[in-house]
Amino acid sequence: MAVGKEIKTKIASVQNTQKITNAMEMVAASKMRKAQDCMAASRPYATNIRNVIGHIALGNLEYRHPYMEERETKRVGYIVVSTDRGLCGGLNINLFKKVLADAAKWQAEGAEVEFGIVGSKATSFFNSMGAKVTSQISGLGDNPSVTDLIGSVKVMLKAYDNGEIDKLFVVYNKFVNTMTQQPTVDQLLPLPKSDDEEISHRWDYIYEPDANALLDQLLVRYIESQVYQGVVENLACEQAARMIAMKAATDNAGDLINDLQLVFNKARQAAITQELGEIVAGAAAVG
Amino acid sequence: MALLTVNLNVVSAEESLFSGSIKSLQITGSEGELGIMPGHAPLLTSLKPGMALITKKDGTEEVIYLSGGMLEVQPNNVIVLADVATRADDLDEQAALESKQRAEENMNAHGGDVDYAEVAAELARAIAQLRVIQAGKKKV
Repeated sequence: MAVGKEIKTKIASVQNTQKITNAMEMVAASKMRKAQDCMAASRPYATNIRNVIGHIALGNLEYRHPYMEERETKRVGYIVVSTDRGLCGGLNINLFKKVLADAAKWQAEGAEVEFGIVGSKATSFFNSMGAKVTSQISGLGDNPSVTDLIGSVKVMLKAYDNGEIDKLFVVYNKFVNTMTQQPTVDQLLPLPKSDDEEISHRWDYIYEPDANALLDQLLVRYIESQVYQGVVENLACEQAARMIAMKAATDNAGDLINDLQLVFNKARQAAITQELGEIVAGAAAVG
Repeated sequence: MALLTVNLNVVSAEESLFSGSIKSLQITGSEGELGIMPGHAPLLTSLKPGMALITKKDGTEEVIYLSGGMLEVQPNNVIVLADVATRADDLDEQAALESKQRAEENMNAHGGDVDYAEVAAELARAIAQLRVIQAGKKKV
C-alpha cells in the first residue's frame, strides 16, 4: 500500500532528530552537574576575595595602587565571557544585548569601548559588528584552568596600566538555577568599593611584610579569580541552557510526530474507505 | 560591650573550609606566628605553609593545614584566602613523612643540580603538615 509514503519518511526523519536532541539533552545534563560542582567549589573564594578588595578600596592606604584610582573615563574595556558552541538557546544573545546596552551608556558619555573576548561565539559576534577587539581566546573546553585565561587577562591589565582603558568590566552569565541564567556585568577596575558601613572611618592596614608586594600579589589574584569565576559560571550556564533548549526541541519533535501520525492515519483511513466504496460499487454493478 | 567573637571565613580555591564565629585564631604569617582575637586592628599579610588553630565559640578547637595564601583582618571579620587548605583529619601522615624524607634526601644528596628553593619549600610544607597532624592528635 503506497498511501502516505512521504509522511512515513518525514516521521522517520523527525524521529531521528528527536533521538539526537534527546541524547544532547542527557549529555548536557551530566556535564551541567560537573560544571555546577566546579562553580560551587570556587565561588566562596571569589566572593571572599571580592570582599577583601572592597575593604581595601574603602581604606585610606599609604600605598596608592593605580588600580584604586578613579580616573576620568575615556575608554572602557569589557572582558566578555561567552560559549564556544551554539545550541544553547538565547544565552549568548541575551549576554551580548546586555553588554551593548551597557557600552552604549558609556558611549553616550563620550567614552570609547573595547572588548577582550573569551569564547568563539562572542568572537564572531563582535567581529561581525566591527567592534574593537583587543584580545581573544577560545576553546577552553569543559575544564578551564586559570593559566589558560591569564594571557588574555594580562592584555587588558596592561592596557589599564598604560592608561589605554580607564575602567574594566567582566561580563558573564551568572548561574541562578537550571532555568535561570542572569547576564551580569561586574566592575573589576578600579576596585569596586564595599558597602560595609561599620568600617567607613579613616584607617589603614598593618602590613606584613610590605604593602606594595602584598597588594600586587592580592590584586593579581583578585582579577584572576574573578575572571575564572566568570568563566566557570558561564560554563554551568551553557550546559543548563543547552539542556533546556534540547529538552524543548525533543518535546517539539514529539508534538510534530504526533501531528504527522494523525495526518498519516487519516490518509490511510480515507484510502481504505475509498477502496471499500469501489468494491461495493463494483459488486453492485455485477449484481 | 567588648567583642567576644569574630566572624571567620577560611576559603581555598577549591572549597570553603570554615565559616562561623570564633573566639580566637592562631595562624602562621610570613613574619611569624599570629594570634587573632576579636577586635584586632586591620591587618593584611601573606601566609606561610603552616597550620591554623581555630577556637570556636563553644571552646572546641579545629586545626586546618594551609599551604600559603593571604590573611585579611577587620575588627568584625577575618578572611583567610588559602592556596590549598586541608582539614587536619584529612591529612595523610604517611605521605607527609615520606615527602619530608624525600625532600631531605634531595637536599643532602645533590648540592648543585636541584632547585634548592623548591626543595626547601617542599620540606617546609611537609613539616607544617606533620605539625598539624600532631596538633590534631593532641586534641583527641
